[in-house]
This record gives sequence, C-alpha cells and structure tokens, in this order.
Amino acid sequence: MNVGDSIPELRVTPDRFLPHRYAGASGDFNPIHIDKEFATQVGLPGNILHGLYGMALVARANAAAAGGDPRSLKRLSVQFRGMGLPEQEIVVSGTVSEVDGETTKVDTVAEQSGNQIIKNAVAELRPV
Amino acid sequence: MPVNASAKGKQYPPFEYEVGKEKIREYALAVGEDNRVYFDRAAAKAAGLRDIPAPPMFAVVYSAGAMAPAILDPEVGINFALMVHGGQEFSWGEPVCSGDAITTVAECKDIYEKDGKGFYVFESVSTNQDGQEVVRATWTNIVRGV
Repeated sequence: MNVGDSIPELRVTPDRFLPHRYAGASGDFNPIHIDKEFATQVGLPGNILHGLYGMALVARANAAAAGGDPRSLKRLSVQFRGMGLPEQEIVVSGTVSEVDGETTKVDTVAEQSGNQIIKNAVAELRPV
Repeated sequence: MPVNASAKGKQYPPFEYEVGKEKIREYALAVGEDNRVYFDRAAAKAAGLRDIPAPPMFAVVYSAGAMAPAILDPEVGINFALMVHGGQEFSWGEPVCSGDAITTVAECKDIYEKDGKGFYVFESVSTNQDGQEVVRATWTNIVRGV
C-alpha cells in the first residue's frame, strides 16, 4: 500500500437485534443499546449501537486491507462522535496517510447516513 | 463545579480472564468477522497461530473486568447520566489465543476539565500467562457539563 491509496470500503447494515448480540458478546448491557423505550426516554433517537462495535468494524476494515490476519493490526485509535443506529448502513473507508518502514498508517472514518460515527481513526498495520 | 482529580494515578486490582474458543466465536460472529482462523483450529494453526486467535477488538472482553471498577470508582466520580465514550486506543502485542489467561491492570491516568467538559482517562495493560504484553489501551470518557 502507498500513501494516498484507499483501503477497500466495508459496508455493513446491522440488523435490529445486532446490539443485543453485541451486548451478549461484549458484556455491555447498558440499556441505551438494547432498550428502545429507555433510550428514547433519555432523549436518544432510539437504541443506539455500541461505540466499540463501530470500532470493531473499523478494525475489521483495516485488518482486511492488510490481508485479514489479526496480527496485522498494530494500533488503532478512534474518536466516537455521532450515534450509530441499527438498520442503517455503515460505511467504513480509509486512506493510507504514511508508510514508515514496515508500518502503514491508515486514516479511517465510519459514516452512517452522512454522519461520521467514528472519526479521526488512525490504524497502524504491519506485515505478518 | 470543577472536576475532582484526586483519583489521578490510582491503580486497580488485576483481573484475570481465561480466553475460550466459543467466546471468541460468539464475539467474532457479533462483529461480522469471517476469517476462518477465528472459527477453525486447523485454519488457525495453518496460519502459524498457537490456537484460535481472538479478533483484535476482543480486547474489550478480557479488559472489561479490570476497567469496570475503575470507571465505577466513586472516588473518580463520573456522572454516568452525562457520560459519553469519547475515544479509545489499543496497541496490540503478542496475539491472544484460546486457552490464554490474560491479566489486565487498570489505572486512572488523568482527570481534567476542558471547555466545560470533564475528561477521565484510563490506561489498561494486559499480559498473557507468559508475561508477554498483549494489549495496552487508553480509554477516554467525557462528561458533559461538569
């Protein structure tokens, strides 16, 4: 990969029960993620996706760009911004910003319906 | 009201998590991983891994037991009604595989106020049964209107 190259886009539409499955898998049962009624009572548009689920998609897109091996992801930092919702497509895209020896840096974002839900994500990839 | 930074530097007890193949499968399916190495031991070994590997972001699963007491610590004093997860960083070392026993230690690294918001920054370091570092993480929580 060279500076300026795009990584292959990852497009995922989480179904309405995804937050429940992610809650079980991760152990994060905060009701804002799994209880629509509770979420709307606290002013959210509905039950929202876990931020760390979105980060997992960013990790997947970057590891896939490096061949898919879990060892290829050396570092990942993200900022969580807008809220992600189930049943709407998420698009993860990224561009190589730096190649330093064996380390490739990729600036990545995750968007949903035009809103960035993860921004300023920087992945560092290494050859396996 | 200014934030109370007295918990800065506080460390929390180590938490041990034993990694299992079926938990990896459950997590991998939830986040949509499709690489065979996460599901098939033969595929993992063929790829040169000791056993079925955990996806990198599985770090949240084995770190959770160490992080919860830190984030919930009354001395840290996070107002959960106004908290958002602001940022997250992981640096990965030795891969985590099924059968590993991962020990995570959390520390409250910083508490500060900026633009009327409270920033609560935690670091966690996870090591495997051989003492190798598997992940180092920075967790940033933001509380609006402190």
